[in-house]
Amino acid sequence: MREVVVESTSLRDRVVGVGYVASMSPWRARHPAAGREATPDPDRPPDGGSPVGRRVVLGLLGLGALGIATGTRAQDALTSVLAPIQLRDPTGLTSLLPVGDTFRFYSVTGSVPTRDATSYRLTVDGLVDRPTTLTLADLQGMPQTSLVRDFQCVTGWRVPEVHWSGVQLSRLLDHAGVQTEGRAIRLTSFDGTYTDSLTLDQARLPDCLVALQMLGGDVTHNHGGPVRLYMAPMYGYKSVKWLSGIEVTDHVVEGYWEHRGYDVDGFVGSSNGREIDERT
Amino acid sequence: MSAPDVGPAPETGQTVTRFGLGSRWVHGLTAALMISCILTAAVLYNGSIAVLVGHRYVVEQIHVFSGLALPVPLVVGLVSRSYRDDTRRLNRFTSRDWAWLRSRTRRDGTIEVGKFNAGQKLNASLSAGSIGALLLSGSVMYVTGLTPLAWRSGATFVHDWFALGLGLLVVGHLVMATKDPHALTGIRTGRVPLRWARREHAAWAREVAGDPPSRP
Repeated sequence: MREVVVESTSLRDRVVGVGYVASMSPWRARHPAAGREATPDPDRPPDGGSPVGRRVVLGLLGLGALGIATGTRAQDALTSVLAPIQLRDPTGLTSLLPVGDTFRFYSVTGSVPTRDATSYRLTVDGLVDRPTTLTLADLQGMPQTSLVRDFQCVTGWRVPEVHWSGVQLSRLLDHAGVQTEGRAIRLTSFDGTYTDSLTLDQARLPDCLVALQMLGGDVTHNHGGPVRLYMAPMYGYKSVKWLSGIEVTDHVVEGYWEHRGYDVDGFVGSSNGREIDERT
Repeated sequence: MSAPDVGPAPETGQTVTRFGLGSRWVHGLTAALMISCILTAAVLYNGSIAVLVGHRYVVEQIHVFSGLALPVPLVVGLVSRSYRDDTRRLNRFTSRDWAWLRSRTRRDGTIEVGKFNAGQKLNASLSAGSIGALLLSGSVMYVTGLTPLAWRSGATFVHDWFALGLGLLVVGHLVMATKDPHALTGIRTGRVPLRWARREHAAWAREVAGDPPSRP
């Protein structure tokens, strides 16, 4: 109702708007801070205008809400338009655009040491018969499993159809010989801080890899290389980067993000929000 | 914003009050929080910086709490009358504002500008709306248990693009401000030279200081 009144005022104001400058000065000099919508005054500056600022604010809020509700589709549409442009862009400037389907690099510590083929070690210990320490070459010598699966972050971003390759975690566990009291595994990172856990059943899923390759090449340092976990059915925080240790434990020990509120059983679509996601 | 031949030094004459204490505090606090948001956003978003800086949890906490605090001064400031008056002026677009936006020679002073020109009004409302949209989408991303995954994907999308837009607005705002030393003085001390006001905001200058003295 108020909007209607304001509208009619502004319509009148626009008609007489030219008189604004001429008529305002004496009145304004006496009432410098007076509101425009105050008591009707014959000397009142006629062109009070319309509340465009408020409309812009409300419009942007509406746009934001709409984007949240439909954003997955909008983002897909935008990506299909922008991706070919980015590929052909010689300046590289369009890569600064926040187009979806790209990895965002998370690291929870300061600088992470670099490990290569000579310095990398993966220990498998805890409740196992044969504690082992594996080099990169040891891992490369084992049977490799390849997958093409999405990488889904709990905060919403997703990289579809990433190519992954590595050793199934179940194979490493069998190799070490899990003792009967083993219930879970605790994963550690050579960043010195990050940890995460899986139950033994989860760790034995066929799409849980100790990944040596992703995106068609060796896992790079920024992606958690030379060796990281890729737990395909779960959110990204379960896929420990810079993997350095696998310890079999008799109970699930909360990991880094789980200690900060995320679900331990981080299955995509059935945790941290509990709604079936149609795409994964 | 300023005419090219004008430097800060020559205008030593009479000054007028442009911003009250309330408006200046709101501006200063919002600016500090905005800078905090932008710097932490750069770490969270840019892969190279993210791996270099690391400490994602700490950076994220700073970003989240700066973001949550960002609208607070904008709202709490409403207790100040001078700030309320400024927001009222920024909100209202008059017919002259539309003419100013359409004009190719808008800076020559033919269309007299009030306390804020239409560009400043647009910047203020687009910034305020973007801050709201970022608060909304950021909350959805932060409280992961609140909404289904598809919403969080949508919220990430909204947050990314609004952040880019608001970042560009802030950069534009800083570029315009640094080109005009008197505008900078105005937001810092609250006072501007009357001559500057007559040139850049003629209608407002008349409002606060009356008609310019006529020259014989």
